[in-house]
Amino acid sequence: MYDFNYHKPSSSNAAASAVAGADDGKFLAGGQTLLPTMKQRLAMPSDLVDLAGCDLSGVRVDGDNLVIGAMTTHDAVATSAEVQAHIPGLAALAAGIGDQQVRNRGTIGGSVANNDPAADYPAACLALGATIHTDRRTITAEDFFTGMFDTALDEGELITAIAFPKPAACAYQKFPNPASRYALVGVMVAKTGGGVRVAVTGAGENGVFRAAEIEAALGANFSADAAAGAAVSADGLNSDLHASAEYRAHLVGVMASRAVAAC
Amino acid sequence: MPDGINTGIGASVTRVEDYRFLTGQGTYTDDINRPGQAYAYILRSPHAHARINGIDTTAAGAADGVVAIYTGADMQTGGLPCGWLIHSRDGSPMHEPPHPPLAQGKVRCLGDQVAIVIADSLSQAKAAAELIEVDYDVLPAVVDMKAAAGGGTLVHDDIGTNVCYDWVIGEEGDVDAALAGSAHVTEIDIVNNRLIANAMEPRAAVSDFDRATGEYTLYTTTQNPHVIRLLMGAFVLSIPEHKLRIVAPDVGGGFGSKIFHYAEEAILTWAAGKLARPIKWTAERSESFMTDAQGRDHVTTAKLGLDANGKFTALKVETMANMGAYLSTFASSVPTYLYATLLAGCYTTPVIFANVKAIFTNTVPVDAYRGAGRPEATYLLERIVNKAAKEMNLDPVEIRTRNFIPSDAFPYQTPVALQYDSGDYMATLKRAQELHDTAGFAARRAEAEARGKKLGLGYSTYLEACGIAPSAVAGALGARAGLYESAEVRVHPTGSVTIFTGTHSHGQGHETTFAQLVSERLGVPLENIEISHGDTNRVQFGMGTYGSRSLAVGGVALDKALDKIEAKAKKIAAHILEASTEDLEFNDGNFTVAGTDKAMAFGEVALAAYVPHNYPIDEIEPGLDEQAFYDPANFTYPGGCHICEVEIDPATGVTEVTKFTAVDDVGRVINPMIVAGQVHGGVAQGIGQALLEEAIYDPEGQLLTGSYMDYCMPRADNLPSIQVAHETTLCTHNSLGVKGCGEVGAIGSPPAVINAVLDALTDFGVEDIAMPATPARVWQAIQDAKA
Repeated sequence: MYDFNYHKPSSSNAAASAVAGADDGKFLAGGQTLLPTMKQRLAMPSDLVDLAGCDLSGVRVDGDNLVIGAMTTHDAVATSAEVQAHIPGLAALAAGIGDQQVRNRGTIGGSVANNDPAADYPAACLALGATIHTDRRTITAEDFFTGMFDTALDEGELITAIAFPKPAACAYQKFPNPASRYALVGVMVAKTGGGVRVAVTGAGENGVFRAAEIEAALGANFSADAAAGAAVSADGLNSDLHASAEYRAHLVGVMASRAVAAC
Repeated sequence: MPDGINTGIGASVTRVEDYRFLTGQGTYTDDINRPGQAYAYILRSPHAHARINGIDTTAAGAADGVVAIYTGADMQTGGLPCGWLIHSRDGSPMHEPPHPPLAQGKVRCLGDQVAIVIADSLSQAKAAAELIEVDYDVLPAVVDMKAAAGGGTLVHDDIGTNVCYDWVIGEEGDVDAALAGSAHVTEIDIVNNRLIANAMEPRAAVSDFDRATGEYTLYTTTQNPHVIRLLMGAFVLSIPEHKLRIVAPDVGGGFGSKIFHYAEEAILTWAAGKLARPIKWTAERSESFMTDAQGRDHVTTAKLGLDANGKFTALKVETMANMGAYLSTFASSVPTYLYATLLAGCYTTPVIFANVKAIFTNTVPVDAYRGAGRPEATYLLERIVNKAAKEMNLDPVEIRTRNFIPSDAFPYQTPVALQYDSGDYMATLKRAQELHDTAGFAARRAEAEARGKKLGLGYSTYLEACGIAPSAVAGALGARAGLYESAEVRVHPTGSVTIFTGTHSHGQGHETTFAQLVSERLGVPLENIEISHGDTNRVQFGMGTYGSRSLAVGGVALDKALDKIEAKAKKIAAHILEASTEDLEFNDGNFTVAGTDKAMAFGEVALAAYVPHNYPIDEIEPGLDEQAFYDPANFTYPGGCHICEVEIDPATGVTEVTKFTAVDDVGRVINPMIVAGQVHGGVAQGIGQALLEEAIYDPEGQLLTGSYMDYCMPRADNLPSIQVAHETTLCTHNSLGVKGCGEVGAIGSPPAVINAVLDALTDFGVEDIAMPATPARVWQAIQDAKA
């Protein structure tokens, strides 16, 4: 790890200023990706701005939305009575991220900002039609995830919260990479006011995406068989050591089908 | 025992070492710090094959905190030696290309050592290493064994070939004739996947040099400190043994990967001498992936001949074994004398021929990994036997029982050099079937079928060989070392005992098992027994721990030293009790004169030995401290039956091991709990090889599975509850009747798993699957069979 300056401001405004004032400042949320990368000397930020003191964590109900603070840990989401009551599929998703140590440190804001193509939360945001709140604006999930490890966030822009509209039902099914246990394929199916939305993580070359074929099939007939029967194209899916694009395409159907059954 | 608690042979004594391990009080190499210690970072090659045109260390040498930077130009020492000379079929010795600790003009695998940077802190060493400019000419790499065997790119230009040796065992003509006359010949192509050991503790070393005495000390993560002293002292650095101390303190797992003499050990020791300053190096996990010697990696074709009744008539095997870029310490022996000599297995196959070609590639060296050669032989045999059964419409159990060496046929001479002393393969099979409830399999399969799942059952009836011996035979076969073991029993004046063993415990529980042997013999409670190992300045000599040899060789050496202690103690007691030694009995730590109430406790005898006031001084010397070296008459031959049951989800290809039964014959069991733990761990590694683990290089020689993100280690939820039992036949040629248990799990289990997977996939018409049978591979196999 290279040397860096450490800051722990007590507000998100101060945090944004600290990053803006640094040569190459980075926000530190749960640090579950950033710190290992720094230890491997693959990242060398001049300044780390720790968000732990910025009062960004917590879950609240705001009308038809569940609003989750950016610094809320995966464990806090998984065990939140509000999340379990209003979007149990989201609580279950959070309970399946990494291991308990990761869930105790990792945060929803950090995960969404990082947009790892095999992370779980992007599928939830996209399927549930979430809105990402930053210190500057709000961004719909549709516009937010712009590609592998790439988001609509501008330089120095800070996620403060994520608002999830309550769905009629939703469920997430993950097929873990046997080695890393990240999603080889993860599928979130949600019955929302805007119809059935199906988001897929782990599989796409450009990160999370919506599976139009399955959404159409489920829109006509919301059943596990309909999801399994919808042919998913392997075009644009990842092929690597662990799975071919064809296998991933097949698993998208299987996971979608199991998610429907779990809805 | 005086307190009524059995701590002797056969007792499941809780491991005495676990208190310090489980409370974080172990002392591992990285825990050791010497005054004034500097820190080393090894700059490694990012290329699998490249010429080094030059190394510019000017900027790095001027960086903060840098003490010294050395490259191959500075370190002109001997190379790392190979411990076993194999001769090719034409009589020529194997090719032994130089293996310099620091690269000399060329790098031949990813991670090859290019320079050592020594600084006041590790962070400074790393920062300086980034300033070193290495001018590489990147060369084409050869990674695939078949391509390498065909020539083209050479790993070592000077030897003109990538074939290290081309070795045979058996009479090819006899085997060809027997195959030609067979009613049926089953053929198979098998790959034994390459594995990375992944010991929990990464390799580490702390070197020191005492200017006053001229003595070098190296603390290192090794399974065999005396072997390292011999290899490094005699071959690499020319330091005589009396000036070189090797200490292997607590070591967090080895699985074979810490047997070998590694470059870092020599570089650090050499550099400590240059600087007269202690130096520490600890591998990071990614270095462990990249540079620890890897395991397995065989490509084999084989033919098994059978008569009309399914009796094996002949076996012919052609294997290519990957050596990597350099010959590691025991690499050459693994695919020859630890592999092809096991190809009879537990069967009566009358003639066997094997040809093994060892191949250099631009990958990290491959050497012994838990089982070393025997898992490869077992996997081949147990797969081809199952395939033959299928082709001949025989039950997989039936074909095995028709070919088992009968229990009354021992000693049994195989056609591939080994002579088995004891075994009862039918007994282990029957017991495993009962324990596993194989009779209930059909019902369990039907139940799974109703849930849309496919159940499969797989057998492996294996045999292995431990405790390579005798030394004279090993020497005739090319071993450059003896394979005995030594023990010293030092009884202290108050009757407590220190044992010095040349074996090394790095998870095996020797501190408990060996103490139990002493407790059984001398009646001394465990808390009064200390097992000392791992320090060449404390332990007389030793060949270390590998090949399940510690108990079968080291334990027997201890037994022999205890014989001497008991004999001497008896003479002392007889003198004091005024009786003849013939009239003395020794039980539970007390000498008694038969038929009288005259008695003397072992502790009193010990005191008398060191305070010899009333003592047979004309007959024996004072003191009670005895040593024994033991060179076994033969290998030991554990064997057994593993039965695996898997449930496959055809929709995803996921294989779950739902039931696993291991019935092993490991000879006499000293501590059943420790043996069960060894079997559990070995089976976990075997399931890992069969379903999860594989080291993969790309064509440029980059390691694609260089972290836990991509290399899949077995986790608790990958494993079933493993049923373990024993059917014991005693080893006939050692005094304890023990055979060894450290590797049986890893040897027996992989084919049981794969045979179960193939059984589960029978309905789909799948006939072959490669290890590891990952979900992706299982799913693809089903798709391919459908197509």
